[in-house]
Amino acid sequence: MGLPSGIFNQNYAQDMAIFRTRAQWIMLLAFLAFLFTGPLYFSDRILTIMTTIGITIISVLGLSILTGYCNQISIGHAGFMAVGAYTSGMLTAHLGWSFWAALPCAALMAGMVGVLFGLPSLKIKGFYLIMATIAAHFIIIWFILQFHNITGGGDGLAVPRPEIFGFVIKSKGSYFYLVMIIACLATFVAKNIVRTRAGRAFIAIKDNELAAEVMGINLWAYKLLAFFIGCVFAGVAGSLLVHYVAFACVDQFPFMNSVWYLGMLIVGGMGSITGAIFGAVSLKLLDELVTIVGPILSAVVAPQAAASLSLIMRGLVLIIFLIFEPRGLAHRWEMVKAYYRLWPFSH
Amino acid sequence: MTFFLQLVISGFALGMVYALIAIGFVIILKCSKAFNIAQGHFVMIGGYLGFTFLVTFHLPVWASLLAAIGAAIIMGLLIERLTLRPLVGQPILAVIMMTIALATVFEGLATLIWGGEYKAYHGVLPTITLKIGELSIPSEMVIGLIVSVVAVAILMLLFRYTKSGLAMRATAEDEQVVQSAGIKVTTVYALSWVIACVVGVIGGIILGGVSGVMVGMSQVGLKAFAVVLLGGINSLGGAIVAGIILGVLENVAAGYLDPLLPAGGGLANVFPFIVIIIVLIFKPYGLFGLAEIERI
Repeated sequence: MGLPSGIFNQNYAQDMAIFRTRAQWIMLLAFLAFLFTGPLYFSDRILTIMTTIGITIISVLGLSILTGYCNQISIGHAGFMAVGAYTSGMLTAHLGWSFWAALPCAALMAGMVGVLFGLPSLKIKGFYLIMATIAAHFIIIWFILQFHNITGGGDGLAVPRPEIFGFVIKSKGSYFYLVMIIACLATFVAKNIVRTRAGRAFIAIKDNELAAEVMGINLWAYKLLAFFIGCVFAGVAGSLLVHYVAFACVDQFPFMNSVWYLGMLIVGGMGSITGAIFGAVSLKLLDELVTIVGPILSAVVAPQAAASLSLIMRGLVLIIFLIFEPRGLAHRWEMVKAYYRLWPFSH
Repeated sequence: MTFFLQLVISGFALGMVYALIAIGFVIILKCSKAFNIAQGHFVMIGGYLGFTFLVTFHLPVWASLLAAIGAAIIMGLLIERLTLRPLVGQPILAVIMMTIALATVFEGLATLIWGGEYKAYHGVLPTITLKIGELSIPSEMVIGLIVSVVAVAILMLLFRYTKSGLAMRATAEDEQVVQSAGIKVTTVYALSWVIACVVGVIGGIILGGVSGVMVGMSQVGLKAFAVVLLGGINSLGGAIVAGIILGVLENVAAGYLDPLLPAGGGLANVFPFIVIIIVLIFKPYGLFGLAEIERI
């Protein structure tokens, strides 16, 4: 599929390759080179935006596997991020662990909590599962607030910066590298997870649960696996987020974020790794636009305009995409690629 | 003992608020199988509309009610026509996300128009206060109970005995069969959204008159889903019963357990969500709901 004319897959390795032609490899390398020399020519503000976008991409990739591929809709993703964030924050702040040991623990912990709240998914689906994940979000946040003597509760928790060979990763540029490396790895891992046996099982569950079960797919195991994988990504993202701002508090994981991550999937396109990235990037940029336009509107129209603008804008973007582009930006991107592949001879 | 009874009674009042939200939710679900996350926001908008008509425009109570119901009808028609109808045939997630998007827009609009502030209009609506011994029964409870029981009675009659009620039940069962029987599905959908909006707005006005409205009130809408699930998502009567059960349980649990917890508890904020998880694990179709049977 999707190869330029004259190029055919002649063996298994070619068929399986993600980057098939030399032009694709060159574009990939050029993009990576551009990305990783970024701190040389980007201002601090742009680096901050790109770092948060990178963290969001990691989180949305997890949601994409869980919701986009396996159709287990979760509106509690920010809660699972909070689990990872506080696990790694407490391990480094209280026990003095290094960030590199705490990060896998955060991922595991988030994954296990995800599995715990994924347990109802064996009996229920659709709206019921949405309710269960919404409940998961609020219960997690409540637990964090309750155990305030170890989590800091409402006051928050100061978290040390990551360190590598005695070098503290605290400048905007160095943290940008850390996040981008992990984001690229996460993309690579996610792209390959969905091509494995497990990924195909997720897609079968999404298409028709009963049919998948009849085909011999163990629903119990694969649904929980989807929850585990999705929440591991969330845990990594949460951990990166609190180490970036060197502070953990529950306000970093509002319920609205859980909804907004799902919105990113819809805008980007369900069931597509590229879509997750498109969605995260475009909606984060939209948020940035709102922070620029908001204060101007507040000054001109009414003081509360800034607060309402972000809500109205988010809602309208979702409505417009649901009505006019339900398959998301990834679908549009595929169409553009298909058009230019044979250009100028499109027939 | 007085403490316990007072908790039960205020929990009862809270439960009526939950029930009012849950009823609107169940109606839309019964007609169109759409899950309306924005129902709590209809209540919030209703409260603010009540403020506008009663306080800003100084209209008498009956005129305000009529005006608010008119606004609710227009709102329901617009919502159905502009946002939900293009989604017919789309997967369930699309509809749910659409109602979430609507909820977000409503929250933004309420912030923009009414400043997102706490607004109250005590004393404009008739208040009923009862006292039994040392216990005072808040008028929320009395008015809420009356309104939700009346609403449920009217709606049950509508569903059971009228032709449009029959059309609604049939539409929920199978859209295509209904269309082939010559019923306009779009009209049925529009009707269901209008009813839900009207119920929400009336509930909002009463709430606003008794305890005031604010943007954060829509969070109650999320908690009300515990009621919906506990009562069974397609049972109107179940909404009232579950509303009372949950409101009382939440209040009693918060009253007795909060002092025992570290960080001062705040159990009331999370209790409905714990109930959601328990109900979903042990009795996914609620107390009075119908179990869904699936075929390939």
